[in-house]
Amino acid sequence: MSRKGGRKTAFIYLAPAMIVIIVFLYLPIILNFMNSLYKWGAMSTEVKWVGFKYYKQLMEDDTIRVALKNNLVFVVTSVFCQIGVSLVISAVLESKFLRPWQSLFRTIYFIPSLLMITVTGITFKMLYSPTIGLLNPILELFGVNTSHVDILGNAKTAIWGVAAASQWQFVGYTVVLFIVAMQSISDDIYEAAEIDGASGIQRFFWITVPLMKNTIMINMIIIITGAVRVYDEVYVMTNGGPGRATQTLATYLYQVGFKNDQMGYASAIAFFVFLITFILGLFQMKGYDLSDD
Amino acid sequence: MKKKISHILILAVLILFAFIIILPLVWMVLTGFKTNTELFLEPWKLPKEWKIENYINAWNAGIGVFFKNSVITTAGSTALSTLLACFAAYPLSRIKFKTKKLWVIIILGGLMLAPQSAVISLFKMSQVLGLYDSYAGMMIITGAFRIPFATFLIMTFYKDISVSLDESAYIDGAKTRQVFWRIIIPLSKPIIASCAIVSFRAVWNELMFANVLLESTAKKTIPIGLVNFQGATTTNWTMVMAGMVIASVPLIIVFLFLQKQFIRGLTAGGVKG
Repeated sequence: MSRKGGRKTAFIYLAPAMIVIIVFLYLPIILNFMNSLYKWGAMSTEVKWVGFKYYKQLMEDDTIRVALKNNLVFVVTSVFCQIGVSLVISAVLESKFLRPWQSLFRTIYFIPSLLMITVTGITFKMLYSPTIGLLNPILELFGVNTSHVDILGNAKTAIWGVAAASQWQFVGYTVVLFIVAMQSISDDIYEAAEIDGASGIQRFFWITVPLMKNTIMINMIIIITGAVRVYDEVYVMTNGGPGRATQTLATYLYQVGFKNDQMGYASAIAFFVFLITFILGLFQMKGYDLSDD
Repeated sequence: MKKKISHILILAVLILFAFIIILPLVWMVLTGFKTNTELFLEPWKLPKEWKIENYINAWNAGIGVFFKNSVITTAGSTALSTLLACFAAYPLSRIKFKTKKLWVIIILGGLMLAPQSAVISLFKMSQVLGLYDSYAGMMIITGAFRIPFATFLIMTFYKDISVSLDESAYIDGAKTRQVFWRIIIPLSKPIIASCAIVSFRAVWNELMFANVLLESTAKKTIPIGLVNFQGATTTNWTMVMAGMVIASVPLIIVFLFLQKQFIRGLTAGGVKG
């Protein structure tokens, strides 16, 4: 379809979205890099060139190490639950004897992913609370002495408590997604394997997983990216505490920039987040079919 | 026989899992009906008296205003991003021109940019552009981050509409504008619905930009409103719970009524055959 003036028409349609994207998505990244080379704050008028000083500071900052560790906790738990556990659950729900109940389970598992992370965060914060929560009474039912159990109050357990809330919320999301992907696998393949005597577990590892390789990869990247960006859960549940025990890259940059008013250093952290997520994004793009027809 | 036992075991695990998923939700809703004393002293019991007042109090204490702000922001942001994506996807999928690949890369490249790494610049920019602490600022900025994915979804859909429809319209003397509005858009209603739902979900739940870009209580959206609410009324947990139930209802209703569109929207970006 080659029409005269095709190019001009194309740009008229493209322009609004392009302008918005370039101004509000790309420009901020460039400005962010420039901002990271200055010492500045939202509350002060002093602006001083510092070059790459903040990047050096970033390398030596202990809290960055804590944050990276916490982001890693999120990466590991999210991949384990939202890929591993979800795949198993969706494969089980797809098995013939469960088909009649599949949509009921699916709907129940999916509902938490509709909530605001804020809502999940506050709910779990309250569930974990030693005074008003439900977790300690439940543990007591099993005979656990809960006088010292305070998940979010303890620097060792807090990040796991936050990550657990996030898994509770999003496991069902990928279950639904994987079920949709599994439904496109032809029943014939499974039947042939069954005739050949393959057990359910064998069929899962030799048919389902290999045929869903692309879906699994894309979601793995999306999930890892999300874990690097994580902000809401931590901000709502612990605000980085106790101390700095649950700080992630995103909450730390918020804290440094908007609470301590060290905008220059916060911009350097933001650029660091950009680099990690950008590289992950390149892998995600490779997974999408961008060919021109 | 052995098979039957394993089936029962699997079913039991699934039910246990469903129970773990449901328990916090039920607790949230029930606590919303309790008094604070009951919350502290009788965690297991149903409320003695179902206190609808908690919900009314939560609404009057600020949730009502936050709810209104969220509706305005989310509707504006969703409409803006979906409309611009409908336009942008058109030439990218149905008009041949040089440099197309570059524009596709620029738009989809937006998917790789974390809002977290732009938040400081956007905070500064919003003050310069007069978008700070305004509905318009929230709409444009949250909307901008929705455009790449929305364009991707719609573009993929446009590609599957037969080109012969356009061609016969052109032969009849139609202009591009007419083809777009009279053929492409009406045929794309399902994907536009899916796309709008996905954006609605993302913006309705958005916390970080609301936290950074909105200052006055009168403009705050529900997610940040709830966080502040929680800080301000530490003693009144039951009201916080009631507020959270109110905040969750809209999306759950949308999901229950438009499940098909919802699932299509969420799988389009995450399922590869």
